[in-house]
Amino acid sequence: MPDKPREIGKALVLPLAVLLAFEFWARATHLKSDSLAPPSEIAIALAGAFADLSILTATRDTLFSAFAGLAIGTAIGLALGIAFGISDTLNRLMEVTVEAIRPIPSIALLPIALIALGFGYRMEIVIVAFACVWPILILSRAAVRSIEPRLMEVSRALRLPPAQRVWKIIIPAALPRIFVAFRLSAGIALIVAVTVEIAINPLGLGAGIMLAQQALRADLMLAYLVWIGIIGYALNIALVVAQRRLFGRAALSGDGA
Amino acid sequence: MAIAAIRQGAPSSASATPQIAFADVTLELGGKTIIENLSLGVRPGEFLCIVGASGCGKTTALRLAAGLYQPTSGSVNFDGQPMRQPRREIAIVFQDYGKALLPWRTAAGNVSLALEAGGMPAAERPARIAELLGTVGLPGHAGKYPAEMSGGMQQRLQIARCLAQEPKTLLMDEPFGALDAMTRQGLQDEVLALVAASGATVIFVTHDLDEAIYLGDRVIGLLPHPGRIGIELAVNLPRPRDQLSTREQPEFLRLRRQLFDFIKATEQ
Repeated sequence: MPDKPREIGKALVLPLAVLLAFEFWARATHLKSDSLAPPSEIAIALAGAFADLSILTATRDTLFSAFAGLAIGTAIGLALGIAFGISDTLNRLMEVTVEAIRPIPSIALLPIALIALGFGYRMEIVIVAFACVWPILILSRAAVRSIEPRLMEVSRALRLPPAQRVWKIIIPAALPRIFVAFRLSAGIALIVAVTVEIAINPLGLGAGIMLAQQALRADLMLAYLVWIGIIGYALNIALVVAQRRLFGRAALSGDGA
Repeated sequence: MAIAAIRQGAPSSASATPQIAFADVTLELGGKTIIENLSLGVRPGEFLCIVGASGCGKTTALRLAAGLYQPTSGSVNFDGQPMRQPRREIAIVFQDYGKALLPWRTAAGNVSLALEAGGMPAAERPARIAELLGTVGLPGHAGKYPAEMSGGMQQRLQIARCLAQEPKTLLMDEPFGALDAMTRQGLQDEVLALVAASGATVIFVTHDLDEAIYLGDRVIGLLPHPGRIGIELAVNLPRPRDQLSTREQPEFLRLRRQLFDFIKATEQ
């Protein structure tokens, strides 16, 4: 990530040039399109969507579903990942089941979820949670397995009870790597939430895009797209900053991701 | 400061029964015999050193004594009872202090771990932690993280954590192997003082023959492939020992020669 103003400036030169060129080209050719709009019109459409609060409501709905699904998926994935990482027996018992369910695209659950739960938050949250479980499970299992064996010997020699062993040794030791999995899942949560909304669920940013498309408002559709990109980017930046703040020390001592 | 860190060993009248006893212990790992028919008794309050070429199973023997490994056949007893798992009365100091300390906890937090494991109420811990850090010469470093400490300080910290267990037996696995000579000599004397003040039993594994003789009441040399006892020497050097005069005594030099000859012979 560029951190000096000069670096940021350099990094912005190309995108700005492309945007300007596109703007000139669209104006020169008097662009009339259902899929493209000049940047200036996209900006105006975005401002309009902010003014009438529609995009803010949609953002709230999408983020609520994405974060709720992320939280549930993380909790389940973490519990299973830690259990599988600790117990070889449990891992062997569950391996086939996990590997059989994991490749199912979460979106493929949409028809079932729709019948079972109907339109709305619940259905979307369940699908997001399903998608988020796997990266967390796989990576936290690997993180627990790669904990320094000496630390496990220390916890045995100290006779730490199992619950304390998990809470005081295993989770802190694996946390830097688990957080990387969480970052990955946070990105997936946003993607899946928007996908569910585009496919079927009449709420949130995805539904906003579909509505703009059906109204033949290419400018508004692209405004939503730009806004989703900004949200995704901001989310990632926030998590990277959190990661540095939380695990700077662990990263220094060689545990870092 | 009075050292109450290590629980008083059993009185000398009990010296008939060894505190730790290996009875015909064989250990196989992955189809290889690491240790074969090892029989060994360690008296309460004894300082036993184990030496041997690398790969002779001395670290493995220590892990058996700690209850971290179970013998394939034979038995390891502590105070007459078979060791089925690690015990709180037995503390182990690992060689690789950098891996054995929790990098996300401060010095105080690392010592606290042993107290938490022992169920000490939170209100009583700070005073005990300060006392233990003082005992190992780390007063004023309570808030430092292991990564901010030198190797010698980290090893002192690990010793403090072990003392927090109030062990009857202290197992040390090449604890000073990774430290420079000056730091090592200082820590040798501190460990001797700690042990003398508390009467704890010690099994000390090292590849440094001088260190073994300097510290021990008895030195055992292991033969490799599979590990078994090759030589046993009683060290009748007066205590307290001194880095200069002890190492100059004829008895020290005689034992040193004997041990060097043994190790040389095992390497051929």
